[in-house]
Amino acid sequence: MGVLERFRITRFALWIQRVFGKRHARIGIYGPPNVGKTTLANRMLMDWAGETIGTVSEIPHETRRAKWKSNVKIENGSSSLVIDIVDTPGIATKVDYKEFIEQYGLDPDEAKRRAKEATEGVIEAIRWLESIDGVVLVMDSTENPFTQVNVTILGNLEARNLPVIIAANKIDLEKSSPATLKSAFPQHPVVPISALTGYNLDNLYTTMVKHFGKRRRKRK
Amino acid sequence: MKKEKGVSVTLISRKKLESFSTDEKIDYIIKEVSKGKILVLENGLTPVEQSALIQQTMAKIDHDTFIGIEMEGYADVENDGNMLRKILNKIFGVIKKPRMTVIGPANLLKTVYKDNNVIQTMIITGKGAK
Repeated sequence: MGVLERFRITRFALWIQRVFGKRHARIGIYGPPNVGKTTLANRMLMDWAGETIGTVSEIPHETRRAKWKSNVKIENGSSSLVIDIVDTPGIATKVDYKEFIEQYGLDPDEAKRRAKEATEGVIEAIRWLESIDGVVLVMDSTENPFTQVNVTILGNLEARNLPVIIAANKIDLEKSSPATLKSAFPQHPVVPISALTGYNLDNLYTTMVKHFGKRRRKRK
Repeated sequence: MKKEKGVSVTLISRKKLESFSTDEKIDYIIKEVSKGKILVLENGLTPVEQSALIQQTMAKIDHDTFIGIEMEGYADVENDGNMLRKILNKIFGVIKKPRMTVIGPANLLKTVYKDNNVIQTMIITGKGAK
């Protein structure tokens, strides 16, 4: 194990302990469709467990059932802890099967099936909010962040007092503007990342430690 | 009375909304929006109510007649980044209040632009309330 890898694992383990104060926490990866939730979940799991959790696609609603990896062991020096990572379906207020046909060339039956499963996935993702301890909320930094879905997800997390980190994804794209996300949600930490390339993932974990460590001290 | 062709936009007062329970409010919104009406709520939904509305919308989606909703509202006051307000809210326990919200069927109402202060939507004509 390299020095950098050992550093990342240790910092992440510390973050988990600071945030949750326990040795087993469930972390939800949330966001609208097609923002890179599964790409990030895969990247995180590759870092901590050496495997992936789901397939990715340019077609929205590729993840239509929540998937999780339980008992991911995170080593922290001589001790260790265990987390569950939950990759949730994208949350949307509408699902139109015709978009799958017209924009992505699916046949009508497949498009209808995908749309039906997507609606069930949205319901499931919202239900999972009851069962998680913290959230990495993924947003597409090339898009306008002021969508109702983003606002609704954040509002729910705040109402439930769940700790949240906003991952401003897709900064490898020219149009990305993570600064817009930072100005849109100044009350939450926003970390620009590229889940696709892995760029700045180290900074994501480091920011988690700083942010949640501060929150915990405030509560004392 | 003969029905006119067009899009129905209904403004719902805070008083009327407050007379509903959460379930009644969501049922009312779903019922009206699925009929092709656009609603402007003087007092919007709480985040938990919004997520409940999204869940019920998903359950009601029918491929050919109802593809979901478009919903946009202003962010909570606390979300404007004002540190003094955030501190006062912490001290005095100010409850976040939902703000004005527009909700309509997704095949009829499209959001054109939104930021913290402006919501611009477009009504797609020809598919309005029957």
